Amino acid sequence: MTHGQAAKRLAGILARGALVGAALFSAAAPGFSAQDRGQDTICMSLEPPVLDPTLGAAQAIREVTYGNVFEGLVAIDRAGKIVPKLATSWTVSPDGLVYTFTLRPGAAFHDGAPFTAADVKFTLERALAADSKNAQKWIFQPIAAIETPDAATVKITLKQVAANFLYGLAWGDAVIFSQRSAATNATNPVGTGPYKFDRWTRGDRLSLVASQAWWGGKVAIPRATFRFVNDAQAQVAGIRSGDCDALSNLAAPEAVPDLQADKDLSVVIGKTEGETIVAMNNGKKPFDDVRVRRAISHAIDRNQVNLGAINGAGTPIGSHFSPTQPAYIDLTGRYLYDPAKARALLAEAGYPNGFEAVMKVPPPAYARRSSEIVAAMLAQVGVRVTLEPIEFPQWLDRVFKNRDYDLTIIAHTEPLDIGIYARPDYYFGYKSPAFVDLMAKVDAASDEATRNRLYGDAQRLLADDAVNVFLFVLPKITVTRVGLDGMWPDWPLPANPLAELSWK
Amino acid sequence: MTFIARRLIAALVTLLAAAVIIFVMLELLPGDPAAVVLGVNATPETLAALRSDFGLDRPILERFFRWLVGFATGDLGTSYTYRIPVAALIAERFAVTLPLAFLSILLAAAIGLPLGLFAAARANSASDTAVMVFAEIGLAVPSFWFAILLVLLFSVTLGWLPSGGFPGWDRGIVPGLKALILPAISLALPQAAVLARIMRGAALEAMAEPWMRTARAKGLSLPETMRRHVFRNALIPVLTILGLQVSFLIAGAIVIENVFSLPGLGRLVFQAIGQHDIIVVKDLVMVFSAMVILVNFLVDVLYGLVDPRLARGRA
Repeated sequence: MTHGQAAKRLAGILARGALVGAALFSAAAPGFSAQDRGQDTICMSLEPPVLDPTLGAAQAIREVTYGNVFEGLVAIDRAGKIVPKLATSWTVSPDGLVYTFTLRPGAAFHDGAPFTAADVKFTLERALAADSKNAQKWIFQPIAAIETPDAATVKITLKQVAANFLYGLAWGDAVIFSQRSAATNATNPVGTGPYKFDRWTRGDRLSLVASQAWWGGKVAIPRATFRFVNDAQAQVAGIRSGDCDALSNLAAPEAVPDLQADKDLSVVIGKTEGETIVAMNNGKKPFDDVRVRRAISHAIDRNQVNLGAINGAGTPIGSHFSPTQPAYIDLTGRYLYDPAKARALLAEAGYPNGFEAVMKVPPPAYARRSSEIVAAMLAQVGVRVTLEPIEFPQWLDRVFKNRDYDLTIIAHTEPLDIGIYARPDYYFGYKSPAFVDLMAKVDAASDEATRNRLYGDAQRLLADDAVNVFLFVLPKITVTRVGLDGMWPDWPLPANPLAELSWK
Repeated sequence: MTFIARRLIAALVTLLAAAVIIFVMLELLPGDPAAVVLGVNATPETLAALRSDFGLDRPILERFFRWLVGFATGDLGTSYTYRIPVAALIAERFAVTLPLAFLSILLAAAIGLPLGLFAAARANSASDTAVMVFAEIGLAVPSFWFAILLVLLFSVTLGWLPSGGFPGWDRGIVPGLKALILPAISLALPQAAVLARIMRGAALEAMAEPWMRTARAKGLSLPETMRRHVFRNALIPVLTILGLQVSFLIAGAIVIENVFSLPGLGRLVFQAIGQHDIIVVKDLVMVFSAMVILVNFLVDVLYGLVDPRLARGRA
């Protein structure tokens, strides 16, 4: 530990001591923040770079706009289910190729334009266009034709069966735009949702006001503000001082016990879709040997990593699947923590004295902290890991794009993304015809039971092949002032639908 | 006049050299802005379309000259992440960082300079020791930690001031100042400590000069001598330090603006690096360099005003 690090750590300890002191103080002081029932302030870590979810993959865009400003034909609800939104109902032809949506009557954009089938056609064609900047073009690629027999009906014909087509249409990337406002949605978003854009003080806050024209009727809270508070300690101070009514996802899991002790606050530890993995370069020695990968899986105690890195707030996983999904199966028992077995497997693979490896670590706290613990555990079985911290853009370039790595730690936050293991040239370097075949079958599955069974097989195959070490899904730690109800406890996809909030 | 002109040319040459270094260094940094915007699911065609939108498919020399000419004419390009002109982005952020820096310098000078003079006047007494202990603590305490303590006291416990954020000047001067006061204090404390020490040292040196005895012999009181002669003579080293502190303030602002979630230049550069918004990083580093070069230029000019011998000597 360098002098600087020691000083930082000491400062951290002192700061936490002071926090506890402040907790005692504030418990004694009378509440000074009188709640205004007509509004709420939700604090979140990152600021959206733009407000148009079809211009970038940033989660923060969805956190602010999904279900608030913009709506899709369908949506994902808090339980992860697909529910009607701008489409009131839909039918799928028996061959699974034709989707016919009946559109909601009376829905309109915030600028007064009525919502019609033409908007749906415009939105989908825009996403499909050659110059489209949509980060999830895969959602739209199966589309062969879009027809609008009348203003309230849209008929979409697919090129081939795509089991996740409807699921994709529920993502933030598929929300419906009006042709009139599509070009300016980046800074002045106009949608059909319950809230319309009010103002954005860049770098600080963004406010929304209830739309009088929403098809769903009146919302409980007419005015909402999103504040962007990046620093974890500042988030804690913000919720304690009353500057924030809710934290959508607390960035400091270690502050949970202090916040739980505050009777004015309620803390809910939920799940996200963020499968956190120790990725191994399957295409590179020695990780191309399944025995080495299994050894590493046995050498890592994911419960200890969870505890040490994020205060135990994560939910352990044994394959690349989130427990929020109905098709999830529990495979956490597949590789129990067993250093002796790990050493035996390494010896069998020809590495009785272990080997050296470099782990490239991106900036998020969960990754940096996990990496230290994982490196210490791997050292126990003779795998000497050098940690190399890198910035996220460099991670994308060197690890993700150029596959120039041995080990890395990263959370894959896209919902239901097990299909990435079937992609050719994906950065894992995993090549399994059996898995590719399984994913093709999933796509072609006509009913949900078959699909879920196939997803189960896929999870098992990844665990058997020990492609990566599956640690946990990242938590969503929701902190609210007592009295504010309705925040999503889990994130089946990142969203803070304000219309579901109310003051008690 | 020639003195100022020479200083000005030196400043411009420094700025041009800085531009070359900044551009080359950031070009060498691995990473693709389009990949950062579009994430891990983007198709290669989408990535290529966005890169072309950003102009990243142009040759490097063309991009350098476009950037340099743009910078000279006030067109700083369009941010990759925010999709708005960088000039507008920087202007918005200046409205926070400039008042913050100004407030901090003002506070630091208002606290540090009198304390330094006071300590010098009572050198080696108990109050001198007390001032120096204060300065030592001010230097040792990391400003981000001091900031957290201030927030705990004034926001969480007392509820007098906001814990962070910035309402915008259009909401009024008072809310804006309220949001800046804790960050300014956090930034000012270590600067005040440095100034107090420098001021004390410089004042002691000045007090040892023979004219000091003359002034006292003429019947001037000690406080009056301090104010009229010692302060002015001690100001040269203090000015040098104040100039240097401007660059420290920029570095400090990056940390403090993050602790207080202030939408200033420091937070902007921090976010831009994290998002590989290279155009914003280039522009900001250029602006920072220009600021430091400008301040150094001003300090040089001020030397001339404080001590006319310097200007004449070099001319």
